[in-house]
Amino acid sequence: MSSTIRPPQSSASTNSASAIRAEQLCRHYRMGETLIRAVDGVSLTMRAGEFVALLGSSGSGKSSVLNLIAGLDRPTSGSVIVHDRDLAKLSREELAKYRLHTVGMVFQSFNLIASMTLAENVELPMRFAEVDREKRDYLAREALERVGLQARMNHRPSELSGGEQQRAALARALINRPQLLLADEPTGNLDSHTGTEIMNMVREFNQQLGMTVVMVTHERALAERYAQRLIFLADGKLIGDESNPGVADKPEPVRTEGGQP
Amino acid sequence: MKLPDLTELALRNLRESVLRNSLTTIGISVGVASLVAMLSLGIGLQQLASRRLMKSGLFDTVVVTSRRDLRNFNREEERNGPAPGESRILDEPTRREIEHLPNVLEAYPDIRFITELRYEDKPHLTMVAALPPSAQTNDAFDAVQGHFFSSDVAPEAILQKAFAEELLGKTPKAGVDETKVAELAAPLLGKDLTMRYAQREAASTAPAQSGNEKSANDKSAAPADQSLAGAAYSVVSREQKLKIVGVADLDPESMRGPTRARVFLPLKLAESLHVMQPTDLREISRAASDQPVYSSVSVRVKSPSQIQTVEDAVKKMGFNAFSILDASKSIQQFFKVLDVFLGIFGSLALAVAFIGIVNTLVMAILERRREIGIMKAIGASDGDVKRLFFAEAGAMGILGGIVGVALGWAIGQVINLGTNIYLKSQSFPPEHFWSVPWWLVAFAVVFSFFVSLAAGLYPAGRAARLDPVQALRYE
Repeated sequence: MSSTIRPPQSSASTNSASAIRAEQLCRHYRMGETLIRAVDGVSLTMRAGEFVALLGSSGSGKSSVLNLIAGLDRPTSGSVIVHDRDLAKLSREELAKYRLHTVGMVFQSFNLIASMTLAENVELPMRFAEVDREKRDYLAREALERVGLQARMNHRPSELSGGEQQRAALARALINRPQLLLADEPTGNLDSHTGTEIMNMVREFNQQLGMTVVMVTHERALAERYAQRLIFLADGKLIGDESNPGVADKPEPVRTEGGQP
Repeated sequence: MKLPDLTELALRNLRESVLRNSLTTIGISVGVASLVAMLSLGIGLQQLASRRLMKSGLFDTVVVTSRRDLRNFNREEERNGPAPGESRILDEPTRREIEHLPNVLEAYPDIRFITELRYEDKPHLTMVAALPPSAQTNDAFDAVQGHFFSSDVAPEAILQKAFAEELLGKTPKAGVDETKVAELAAPLLGKDLTMRYAQREAASTAPAQSGNEKSANDKSAAPADQSLAGAAYSVVSREQKLKIVGVADLDPESMRGPTRARVFLPLKLAESLHVMQPTDLREISRAASDQPVYSSVSVRVKSPSQIQTVEDAVKKMGFNAFSILDASKSIQQFFKVLDVFLGIFGSLALAVAFIGIVNTLVMAILERRREIGIMKAIGASDGDVKRLFFAEAGAMGILGGIVGVALGWAIGQVINLGTNIYLKSQSFPPEHFWSVPWWLVAFAVVFSFFVSLAAGLYPAGRAARLDPVQALRYE
């Protein structure tokens, strides 16, 4: 259990050694009279292509760290540097561009837009990226094929199971070819079987596409099965950082019920 | 985000809560409709008034008289400038000079005289006036039975309705509907009239002699004595045959100078007749040759807005000039004020619609808070979110604007119809009170669009500023 704080002089990570680097990262909220230290002096480094699990009980600050890495939130103090860019120094506009091109996110509650079909949901990031319509259609179809949902592309999220929705969310997260995949309790709303299915996909992206994956979870077993490295948080502080050499390279067996790609 | 995408997303979002957005759009429509209705009423009334006034010819005409015409000398404004005795004569060269002033369409002499006309050997004494060819386009001659003069020198006459009645020995009965012009025209058209008049015939040269102005003030004075005194020309009694080509339904009281007569002749014909005019007596000492001297010249101006410049130019030449400009100014002012008031009343409904849009969009933000959070999480910028809400507001505005214009037009038509039914029942001719010009249609839609965008300003800004972390937490 040792935090991996890198000395500042090696911070120029052009060798892609460190994809994400946090230094004395703090995120404090004020709720009425009380100051909530959601993230309180976290320093860590993640390598490009690494599969990292952020573990902790609820309120430990793991989701807050993820939001800071995702550029959805700004640190109160300290810095998050992703691919040599200090997120705290980016403008709102630049931060949006960063989220658009560098980050793909999946959430516990899938967060698909209910009024749109799967295809539309998946291509939405490309609309923000101002990609041409034909290219958008093609890439959305391809992404949905990749997660085995080509037959469902014109359905709305409410017509799909949780697993299917999360697969669509994964397809959306991939659509702009981001370098980071950030997952916030991706299996939290799924049964274990579907959860395994989703996690196999996440691992596939990590291994085949070389994406850096940061997954927030409170299930240690899940983390141990997939993540190369486990980082533990409690009360906004980093309390442990273990590598997980025993992680299996091949996909977990899934009891098939058809529809596997 | 590109505009087509933006529009598509905005329309999709509008369809998602179709009831609320339809109600808001109807609100905009009602606002636009009331604005259009009010403004088109204002425009319609103004057009009606100016049509009436233009018909009367008062507002595009400057009447030029010589300063030597002392009947008007008491007027305050006429005391500036050269003394009457030294000022210029209003003769043919001057008329041409006036005609060449900028913005002047034409300048024609007012030839009017009282003379005797014989129809079927019965004498009728009446006022005869000359009409320039341009009078044909005058709305007042729209209702001519028969036709206008075939040429400017044709020996033809157009009769005033009342004179036609006199010729036929009919007198309008009180209480009964007025006789139709067509009935009067039928027996008269193509018939001949014989006009007896006094022709002025130039003598060799006019001797230099002055001081006769004042004696010529009485129009009805017998010409014979005066002409003898001047000895510059002689007066000969002549006859001229005239063919009746038209009967006009003119209201003699509402008409301007030259049309306040009962028989009309073509202008060139009237000029060639050299009918004795009262001014001939006054200017007897000054007129160099047989060049006619006019008592007044009517100057038609291209548009009423140029009246003032023409009037000033004429005054600079040393003549008196009159127009009903001041009256028209205050009328224009009245309509401007009326338009503003109607516009304000119309805008009130649009202001309510404005609040409706703000309300709808603020509600939409609350409702779609999570969606906004998702969009931001997957890379939408503040600008994207803002533009999306703007697009929704703008789409409602355009839609509401179009429906509103249609609605306003329909309201106008209904009221027009209703008013005309009422007018008909009161035996007034139908009028067009309501006018929706194309520029108003375009203006209303564009205005509605921009009002809606303005209404979207606050909600869009608020949506754009939404914190994605909190928005995503929101269920």
